[in-house]
Amino acid sequence: MSEVRNILLVGVGGQGTILASKILTSGLMKAGYDVKMSEIHGMSQRGGSVSTQVRYGDKVYSPIVGKGSADVIVAFEEMEALRWLDHLKIGGTMVINDYQIQPVPVNLGAAEYPEGIIEHLKGICDVHAFKAADIATDLGNPKAMNIVLLGALVKSMGGLDDIDWDAEIEANVKPKFVELNKKAFHAGYDL
Amino acid sequence: MKVIMSGNEAIARGAYEGGARFASAYPGTPSTEILENMPQYGDSVYSEWAPNEKVATEAAIGASIAGVRSFCAMKHVGLNVAADPIYTFAYTGVTGGFVIVVADDPGQHSSQNEQDNRNQAKAARLLMLEPSDSQEAHDYMKAAFELSEKMDMPVMMHVTTRICHSKSIVELGDRVEAEVPDYEPKIKKYVTAPANAKVLRATLEERVEKARAFANNCEFNKVEMHDTGIGVITSGVSYQYARETFGEGASYLKLGMTFPLPYDLIKDFASKVDTLYIVEEMDPYLEEHVKMLGIDCIGKDKIPKYDELNTDIVRKAFLGVEPETYKSDVATVVRPPALCAGCPHRGFFYALSKRKGIMITGDIGCYTLGMAPPLGAIHTCICMGAAPSQGHGASIAMRNAGKSTKVVSVLGDSTFFHTGVPSLMGEVYNGGSNLTVVLDNRITGMTGHQQNPGTGYTLMGKEAPEVDIPALCKAIGLKDENIITVNPNDLAEVNAALDKLLPKEEPCVLITRWPCVLKKFSQQDIDEFPTLHKTQCVIDQDKCKNCKMCVKTGCPALISTKEKVVVDKTSCNGCTVCKQVCPFDAIEEVTR
Ligand SMILES: Cc1ncc(C[n+]2csc(CCOP(=O)(O)OP(=O)(O)O)c2C)c(N)n1
Ligand code: SF4
Ligand code: SF4
Ligand code: SF4
Repeated sequence: MSEVRNILLVGVGGQGTILASKILTSGLMKAGYDVKMSEIHGMSQRGGSVSTQVRYGDKVYSPIVGKGSADVIVAFEEMEALRWLDHLKIGGTMVINDYQIQPVPVNLGAAEYPEGIIEHLKGICDVHAFKAADIATDLGNPKAMNIVLLGALVKSMGGLDDIDWDAEIEANVKPKFVELNKKAFHAGYDL
Repeated sequence: MKVIMSGNEAIARGAYEGGARFASAYPGTPSTEILENMPQYGDSVYSEWAPNEKVATEAAIGASIAGVRSFCAMKHVGLNVAADPIYTFAYTGVTGGFVIVVADDPGQHSSQNEQDNRNQAKAARLLMLEPSDSQEAHDYMKAAFELSEKMDMPVMMHVTTRICHSKSIVELGDRVEAEVPDYEPKIKKYVTAPANAKVLRATLEERVEKARAFANNCEFNKVEMHDTGIGVITSGVSYQYARETFGEGASYLKLGMTFPLPYDLIKDFASKVDTLYIVEEMDPYLEEHVKMLGIDCIGKDKIPKYDELNTDIVRKAFLGVEPETYKSDVATVVRPPALCAGCPHRGFFYALSKRKGIMITGDIGCYTLGMAPPLGAIHTCICMGAAPSQGHGASIAMRNAGKSTKVVSVLGDSTFFHTGVPSLMGEVYNGGSNLTVVLDNRITGMTGHQQNPGTGYTLMGKEAPEVDIPALCKAIGLKDENIITVNPNDLAEVNAALDKLLPKEEPCVLITRWPCVLKKFSQQDIDEFPTLHKTQCVIDQDKCKNCKMCVKTGCPALISTKEKVVVDKTSCNGCTVCKQVCPFDAIEEVTR
């Protein structure tokens, strides 16, 4: 029986983690894996931290990724990477979008956004950081940032190349955004 | 066919396959998507949003009495609102199969409390099913209607946030069509005058015992024997955590039907294992029953009594092991939720926050976030519809004690329709003197934008009559001149209304009418609010003195650093509240 693999997508409400995880889980299911995915909605939609947990393997029980067990964490925002560090498996990879969103307390001057998070994390674990927003903007729409990150995630996980990701993108995004998102996926994958 | 579905999607699908023809709900996290997923089955199942959970439950009960398979759905606290009908419906039993889906929120991800509604199933005597993933959510829901008919009991589907919002693979099936009998009055069954109700009370116990006998030997309760050193009794998503913790190093009694509990099955399982663990979230519901049967077991001595469980917690509790993790000494900053950029509640709360010496009773919705800094303009939030009644009690009590604090009560449109109307009625009837503010953002915002009796549309997308809030207020006794409707984004307009209404010694109502920025606008919205999303604000950096006044509106589109403030173009929605508060005229409105 193959071991269960764990992925965490973390970010800030409205960054598109949900679409990315939808494409991911649908691809994994078609590849024959048992898949579970968990996300928390609600208050968090209003600019709070959000997380989506994806687990796959021959047989998955809990839908939740435990501490120290994520093979890959994809952080759509820098500080969220730091927040979820304790969930990364020893030896796992942190894929980080080099992008900051100021939380309200920082805006109000009540707290300071920690500086140099990416460099700091590089001293702790394996980090793959890049500016997904810039890549998506170059492709024509900053919103495709989530799919750039998905491409990078699939590459980091390894062993998922046989899945027809283009078909999954076609099935899950509006027709007029299909080409953009396919390009975004491959841009992220090829980084 | 196999598809990946959330628990909520699976429940909706299960209801369709189980032959339901009627569904009603009031939204509430984590249950909302159940009814949101029903219109796709609109050819077979009629579905609607009710103004509150009591109404939803009563409508579904009516359908059941009429012989139709029906269900209602709600978040955990919704059951408190629906308790009145459901406790007595348990007496009468059903005609068409009836299911009440109740979604608890262990860990309070989006809730004001963490009540364990398994206790309510026991207290009301509802046959309770607890699925542990989406496949079971689908299967149990599908089976529940027939089971309800067979046992003559309402069924409670008890789910939790992790079931509702987790996705897993579901094998779909076909719909079973249940015949609808011709209507025939059953007065002895359905008129619970004491003479009839006393008879029903006795038969209820018989039905419970019949269901218990069924539970001892049914497909919902499964025994999984492996190593017998440890036995685990568990239910719902807790099974997953237990199964992952102990693997095949323990045996399991996985309960899918948890009221009435299968006493014989529990005793039999307990006799086959050396040490018995109970793994359950929230209250020691199973544990208390097992102990009552005189069986030794270990549960809440080791497992937290509140909050969500997960595999890490169960593993640490029973095996004493914790995972190895990376650590950092850099602290992160919390990211509290905030009103959206351009939220119509912001302008109103900004204006209200400048009025000092008032008590502000609040309610539940996006607008509860008006409590947070920098606005701080909500002082209470207990349950839906409570703002006017709480405010009324507070002001009368303070007045009688010789205090003169003015009370303002704030609630949203959906909350007003939910239970706010009788709450305000009590205030008007009993000579109150508060200002009640109805924040009419033309939608039910907090739970993800559901239609309500004020929006002009139904769940199934049909046009509907709209509640006329000012006319309704007049009808319950408010004076015409004490009812004012304003655009909450216009601070001068809001302030003028507050100046006029706050000094009055009579009940007054202020209605703020502007759509939520995340709402999908109807044609009517576009006609009524022509400037929607047409403009944005920009800061002229030459004029800006970096005084931070605009930042004190709390708008997340205003990005403030030590050096300057800028407007984030991707999120500004052009409400112009920042422009109105800028003392240096540095903010300009531009067309998008
Ligand atoms: C009894 C009960 N039912 C449902 C909920 C879930 N709930 C919280 S706020 C809310 C809707 C609020 O809508 P509205 O009053 O229009 O305010 P908005 O969020 O749009 O500002 C709902 C349904 C709850 N907390 N309690
Ligand atoms: S930046 Fe100003 S105009 Fe734009 S949404 Fe925020 S407060 Fe409104
Ligand atoms: S969803 Fe609508 S009502 Fe809720 S905070 Fe956002 S704009 Fe305001
Ligand atoms: S209120 Fe006006 S002057 Fe002050 S920081 Fe904002 S834009 Fe600049």
